[in-house]
Amino acid sequence: MAGRSFASRLIVGTGKYRSNAEMTRAVRASGAEMVTVAVRRVDLTRSREEDILNHLDADEHFLLPNTAGCHTVEDAVRYARLGRAAGMSDWVKLEVIGDRPTLLPDVAATLEAARQLVREGFTVLAYTNDDLVTALRLEDAGCAAVMPLASPIGSGLGVVNPYYIREIKRRLAVPVVVDAGVGTASDACVVMEQGVDGVLMNTAIAAARDPARMGAAMKDAVRAGRRAFLAGRMPAREIAVPSSPGEGMLDGDARRDTSRRARDSTRPTTE
Amino acid sequence: MGQIRGRLSAKASAKERSIKVSIMLNGEPRSVPSGCSVARLLKSLDLAPGTVVVERNRRILARDALGAVGVEEGDKIEIVHFVGGG
Repeated sequence: MAGRSFASRLIVGTGKYRSNAEMTRAVRASGAEMVTVAVRRVDLTRSREEDILNHLDADEHFLLPNTAGCHTVEDAVRYARLGRAAGMSDWVKLEVIGDRPTLLPDVAATLEAARQLVREGFTVLAYTNDDLVTALRLEDAGCAAVMPLASPIGSGLGVVNPYYIREIKRRLAVPVVVDAGVGTASDACVVMEQGVDGVLMNTAIAAARDPARMGAAMKDAVRAGRRAFLAGRMPAREIAVPSSPGEGMLDGDARRDTSRRARDSTRPTTE
Repeated sequence: MGQIRGRLSAKASAKERSIKVSIMLNGEPRSVPSGCSVARLLKSLDLAPGTVVVERNRRILARDALGAVGVEEGDKIEIVHFVGGG
């Protein structure tokens, strides 16, 4: 992605954990190299505890500052600049929220902010809707990756529209990372089975009863889904097809088996 | 609360020490000694310059410039850092 390779296709957020120690364990178990962080005011009474850099090894992880919580182009650009000033790179996860109850993105504002940040030299990973046309525009704007949602942030509903996700992946040249909506390991697996380049999640791990164990499960699920995609799945059909041979059954007529085999071999294969 | 105390004004003259300026620091009103640099403000808050980013009146201050920028009356100062987020 943007000329940099990562050890894992899984990107994890660091928010909403019950403790920093729990976050550290879960992130490590997930095997994610890239982790997202937010830019916020220092709480002048307890800054050390809050500062995520006290709990994450910056040599082990690539920190991706986000613009979470921003509702305008101006705010998103401001937070992106602060993130760049605080961090070690010019990468930013751009997020401009358009609706509070659903946290769905304001795609017009996202596009405008993306253009401006690209002009300012940022490497922009843009969170967006599962809308192909917006994804194409974000790619045109110079985003290094486009990140359509599986379903709303923190909802855990999984992929609500796998077709749109596949279509975005098919049409874009830049990496496609599905961001938000994964609830459990099977969701992550389904996401990766669509052929996308990666998946970003936070709540699915942080809100699990045992986040470290869920982090490990997500690591496995992302790998499994990617492998299944590369392996190429069998076609789905709403009819049973036996896995064991139909011929050679006891008490059958061996001559009929022979003629059926001959007939079957002349049929074109459809798979 | 609301006052920056201690080491902050160690190098300031007695006259400077007696004059305070009012600022907004992370959304809260504070008064700091006149002539105080941003670097000294951070020190008084026990914050290492390498771990935070300072925005003064909506402009980000370069870390190597923190010692040269003074805090002035009415300044809006925001000190931010990375926290957990998705």
